[in-house]
Amino acid sequence: MSASVDTIVVGGGLVGSAVAWGLARAGETVTVIDEGDIALRASRGNFGLVWVQTKGKNLFDYARWSRRSADLWPEFAELLEEHSGVNPDYHKAGGVHLCLSEEELDQARALNNRMHNVNGALGYGAEILDRKQLDEMIPGLGPDVVGGSYGQHDGHTSPLRLLRGLHGGLKSMGATYASDGPVLSVAKDGEGYVAKTASSTYRGAKIVLAAGHGNKALGQSLGLDIPIHPEKGQILVTERVDPFLNMPTHVIRQTDEGTVMMGDSHEHTGYSDRSTAPVISDLARNAVRCFPILSKLKIVRSWGAVRILSPDGAPIYQESETCKGAFSVNCHSGVTLAGAHAMALAPMIAAGKLDPDFEIFSARRFHGQTH
Amino acid sequence: MAKRIENTGEPVQFTFDGQTVMAQPGDTVAAALTAAGIDILRSSVVSGSPRGVFCMMGTCFDCLVEVDGVPNRQACQIPVTEGLTVCSQQGAPDVLEASA
Amino acid sequence: MTQLSPMQPTKVDVAVIGAGPAGMAAAVTASKAGLSVALLDEGQSLGGQIYRNIEHGTPFRDGILGPDYVAGRSLAESLRASDVTYLPRTSVWNISTDNMLDLSRDGSSSQLIADKIIVATGAVERPSPMPGWTLAGVTTVGALQILLKASGVVQEDAVLVGSGPLMWLVAAQMISAGTPPKAIVETTPKGRMAQAMPHILKALKGHRYLTKGLSMMRQVRGAGVPIYNAATDIRINGHEIAESVTFVSKGKEHTIRSSHIALHQGVVPNQQVTRLLRCDHKWDASQHCFRPVLDGQGKTSVPDVYVAGDGAGIGGAKSAALMGRLVALAIAQEKGKAAPERVYRLQAALASDGAVRPFLEAMYAPAPQFVKPAKETIVCRCEEVTAGAIEDAVDLGAPGPNQVKSFLRSGMGPCQGRVCGLVVSSIIAERRKASMDETGYYRIRPPLKPIPLSELANFQPLEVAQK
Repeated sequence: MSASVDTIVVGGGLVGSAVAWGLARAGETVTVIDEGDIALRASRGNFGLVWVQTKGKNLFDYARWSRRSADLWPEFAELLEEHSGVNPDYHKAGGVHLCLSEEELDQARALNNRMHNVNGALGYGAEILDRKQLDEMIPGLGPDVVGGSYGQHDGHTSPLRLLRGLHGGLKSMGATYASDGPVLSVAKDGEGYVAKTASSTYRGAKIVLAAGHGNKALGQSLGLDIPIHPEKGQILVTERVDPFLNMPTHVIRQTDEGTVMMGDSHEHTGYSDRSTAPVISDLARNAVRCFPILSKLKIVRSWGAVRILSPDGAPIYQESETCKGAFSVNCHSGVTLAGAHAMALAPMIAAGKLDPDFEIFSARRFHGQTH
Repeated sequence: MAKRIENTGEPVQFTFDGQTVMAQPGDTVAAALTAAGIDILRSSVVSGSPRGVFCMMGTCFDCLVEVDGVPNRQACQIPVTEGLTVCSQQGAPDVLEASA
Repeated sequence: MTQLSPMQPTKVDVAVIGAGPAGMAAAVTASKAGLSVALLDEGQSLGGQIYRNIEHGTPFRDGILGPDYVAGRSLAESLRASDVTYLPRTSVWNISTDNMLDLSRDGSSSQLIADKIIVATGAVERPSPMPGWTLAGVTTVGALQILLKASGVVQEDAVLVGSGPLMWLVAAQMISAGTPPKAIVETTPKGRMAQAMPHILKALKGHRYLTKGLSMMRQVRGAGVPIYNAATDIRINGHEIAESVTFVSKGKEHTIRSSHIALHQGVVPNQQVTRLLRCDHKWDASQHCFRPVLDGQGKTSVPDVYVAGDGAGIGGAKSAALMGRLVALAIAQEKGKAAPERVYRLQAALASDGAVRPFLEAMYAPAPQFVKPAKETIVCRCEEVTAGAIEDAVDLGAPGPNQVKSFLRSGMGPCQGRVCGLVVSSIIAERRKASMDETGYYRIRPPLKPIPLSELANFQPLEVAQK
């Protein structure tokens, strides 16, 4: 059995690793317990957007939290590289939600109008562009693109380099990373917590559940209600091409390596992460409509990943009422929110208490005001 | 140097980077280029280092060339046909130039 | 059925993937049993790699390639005479859990539904990572043989580097073609004969193979080809193109000048399809490769999916054809058809043909330098990831090849991990002191081969019911 640490983080994906990285940076001793090589890993399947516009239309606090994360991202990316030597390829290039019909453009316009005051004096930072304005920013758009919504705070990163950077940073700060998960049980243990895998037992004064869909079951033993459900997304990726697209769109982005990713599918197929021909061909059609210049490129790989969604799509952050020092972190935007998780949420957990205004992110919001 | 030990039919002509290459019916682009002593087909998209045929059976994707304007085709999987235009590739293809 | 409809999936009893010995034999037998069969193959013509170009052989080339190659012609003839629908130039790029195959043929995609699927995708060459192996002019030994079979082309200055029966066979064929290799750099470590001897009695039951092997070696020696034994510290030198190969043999460093270096470390099952389908696989410590877990009749852990031939574990062309027939008979029986031939005879023939294998496997197991290459060696050729980088990723906590892949992009290039997969896993296993079964292999995702975006955009697949 390992020595007790300040905090056990269950889950070594982008959410758990970002929180653990922030805790380690705050001076805590941390153990991250991760699953093995084959697991449901939303982090490995992520599209890589650091995206603000359209986020939080049902919960403005989530819109503000996403913005805060985007504001923290430049500093976070720098610190990450400093700690790990891994540049996460973060670019705050702005981003465009492409619209393929006037109707879609009207919806985007209405959303921007509704959200324009969400950040008060900071401004929302998204504006509607017509086709002519888009053409000045983005080459090779197809005739079906009528316009789009440009968000100046949006950007993109390599989720894989981000994860590697977080793991590298954790290592350099002396955190323990164990890949002998899954964690089979968590429990209160005297003043602290114990987490057990098939082969080991880990102890810590505090515990953070960041195990994606695994949180649902684990949370029950710590008095945490975690109403999350799976939603599959599939992504295609091409062979490498010369840089042609210097800002991400919500469905297509070019990575620093030169590959082009295509995504934005939503399916309710349980925990299956398989790629399927109907969705692959849909994504391909959409990509060709947006960028006909990509038609000849070959798709090298596709994959599916399973988003972690709450009933309103916003994150759930909560400390257990019955088990003080036990926190759960649940969200599907592990990339966008990595900055906030590492630089704003982790310090709260290190201090042992979430800010009072975080009550809005607790799962209690789904139960009216019952306690 | 490569040597052809047997001709089985009327030669087929195609071009590689503008240069005429003589092939035999049934040759793949990769085999015909190898027979013509052409070993470098592209430069790597990662480091720019030169690459050529490696496995000859469609497994390794090292023999990628541009065929009739389409980049990244496996030379070892494409049969030579009369008049085919084959070009070497330098690094990654440029989608903007290709569509211009 | 001769045409695939772009509008609706074609239905068959059996889809056979791969038209090498196993696939051709399985297709013919299943068809004879009264089942409708589609034989799907990427190649231009029948034969796979072992019988490549078998239908267009010439007496001159037959003489060079030898009777074991020519033996494949009757199999191709029986396929042509059968009712099998043979679809060349057809690449299976996805198989979903409801037995729907997504195919790419001549630039467009279509679908096929099969009650049973026989994977007969054969073998690929085991990677031989070494410094300089990405230089132009460096190929596999198999590539030289394909050049010879399909085009009658030989490299005059080739240096063969590696070990195993295929390397000797190709050397002998090059000599018969009048262009002996410039040298053979043998990598079989010292002491292997002692390790192989316990299997010699069994191997004598397959003495035909031993005799053939010995005669090939004699032919190579007799032709005066310099042979360097137990070579280590091998590197290929050159700037743009290979210029020479340097190695140590018998305590002495040698450099041989050549711009055509051909590598070989034996062959291993091509796992792409069975991995895509998430069939169970087990590490075979004797063959040093993963094999799909099969019941006695070639059935995988995934319903309706069978494997025949080298894809099931390396047995060579003759065994592959026998196994293809056995698998087809098992399917015929399951579908209530009378067996057109006797199972026990085929099983006896299979056992006899495989008798030599344990000896060969012990003799020609990959040398340590190819299982755990030196740090600076590029392992993933597509993304140029080195052995050292993989070790560093393991030290960062990566538990297996899929996490290493996401950290380093190894296996993410156009070859989709086909070339580097086994070495990446073995480097991780060595570093973690874990078994190969614990370490695992890349997860393979569609498309099985890269496909143009436009082709996918024009494809109208049916909604599938995922099991």
